[in-house]
Amino acid sequence: MSLVTIIDYGSSNLRSAANAFERQAALMDDPSEILVTADPEKVRAASRIVLPGVGAFADCAAGLNAVPGMRDVLEERVIAGGTPFLGICVGMQLLATEGREKAITPGLGWIDGAVVHLTPSDPTLKIPHMGWNTLRIQRPHTLLAGIPEGLHAYFVHSYHLQTDRPDLTIATTDYGGPVTAIVGRDNIFGTQFHPEKSQALGLALISNFLTWSP
Amino acid sequence: MTLKTRLIPCLDVKDGRVVKGVQFVDLIDAGDPVEAAIAYDAAGADELCFLDIAASHEGRDTIFDVVARTAEHCFMPVTVGGGVRTLEDIRKLLLSGADKVAINSSAVNDPNFIARAADKFGNQCIVVSVDAKQRLDQRVGGDNRSEWEIYTHGGRNASGLDAVEFAVRMVELGAGELLVTSMDRDGTKSGFDIALTRAITDAVNVPVIASGGVGNLDHLVEGVREGHASAVLAASIFHFGTYTIPQAKQYLADHGIPVRMDRAA
Repeated sequence: MSLVTIIDYGSSNLRSAANAFERQAALMDDPSEILVTADPEKVRAASRIVLPGVGAFADCAAGLNAVPGMRDVLEERVIAGGTPFLGICVGMQLLATEGREKAITPGLGWIDGAVVHLTPSDPTLKIPHMGWNTLRIQRPHTLLAGIPEGLHAYFVHSYHLQTDRPDLTIATTDYGGPVTAIVGRDNIFGTQFHPEKSQALGLALISNFLTWSP
Repeated sequence: MTLKTRLIPCLDVKDGRVVKGVQFVDLIDAGDPVEAAIAYDAAGADELCFLDIAASHEGRDTIFDVVARTAEHCFMPVTVGGGVRTLEDIRKLLLSGADKVAINSSAVNDPNFIARAADKFGNQCIVVSVDAKQRLDQRVGGDNRSEWEIYTHGGRNASGLDAVEFAVRMVELGAGELLVTSMDRDGTKSGFDIALTRAITDAVNVPVIASGGVGNLDHLVEGVREGHASAVLAASIFHFGTYTIPQAKQYLADHGIPVRMDRAA
């Protein structure tokens, strides 16, 4: 049985993510085991890795750095080992070179770019960007297979990952201008929205991730 | 392609049971909040709100189980309000599967609690419940005050605080969203207090959920169009089957308000 680890580094609300992954894993012919863990050795043994995250970039980066050995294992398994990786919300933002929320904080540096405050062209638009919005697919991706256009994803964020690499932007959403919704390269995929809260779209994406061979 | 207006059914829960029974056709147990949550999820609700009105600590603990069981079945955002007093209360609700917590009395009694909560858990999960009533004497507050005053304890206790000033202060301290309830309108089915909703919505830059008084679908439209709310919350019109979630969404859509019409998972 293959192991999917959801990394616990003190960022709350892991139960929802675990529930959604468990629900979709149960639909598989050979269901993966879903494990929420703070143990880098468990992450090392995993065949898929999920990095969730809510709150501020700086706090999440500090939380991840505070787990001894976790950053090294992520570099080893995701970058050197090619293990399929999914970052969610701030877990996606951490892929960036740096975050600019509260302070300038280095991220994992796997996606060139910075996490910057949303600046919608219409000043009456509220921050956070909170609620259901549709995706504008920029580049087709295996993880979006079978997801019809026009379905909604649930967003809640005040910052987004701005990359100057259009080839790494998989999808955007519109909120007074384009907002990065999905980034990815090779075995790395990150969603600004919450798949575990996005009903049909999110559950389909999670199923695709559970069988993804990048 | 735009952010959609959210439609949020709210369930009042006491000691693990829905207070006013939910009258859906297919519910096995109309008093079980989890069954009601699943039905609203399937109907396409955009979020769900549980308001815990338990009177005791023993009753209070049942909400964690309700949230945990809901989160096993519903893959949409869940907000829980009522009795949130400590960072530990928030942590337990989030670990149970809540996405946001709504805070009322503790925000009034100790505004810095909101700052501490937002700092620890992020603004995105801190909703402040702004429970307001029209002032009996408009002159009491002086010229710079709005027409509304903040109440706590389900509208029983006047705080003396100005509603709009309080709302602005809460956002400065880190509230990521405001749940604005007119205690004058709550339960009357006479529609939102539109002036209150708009006064607060236009004074803050975070999303506002309009609440209190919905009796028909035109009220929902008014809350968005005239109240400028990002989301509209209602209870009895859905619980008693007066309208379904899809009917309400279609009505909003027919009036030019963007809503999410996806089929549920």
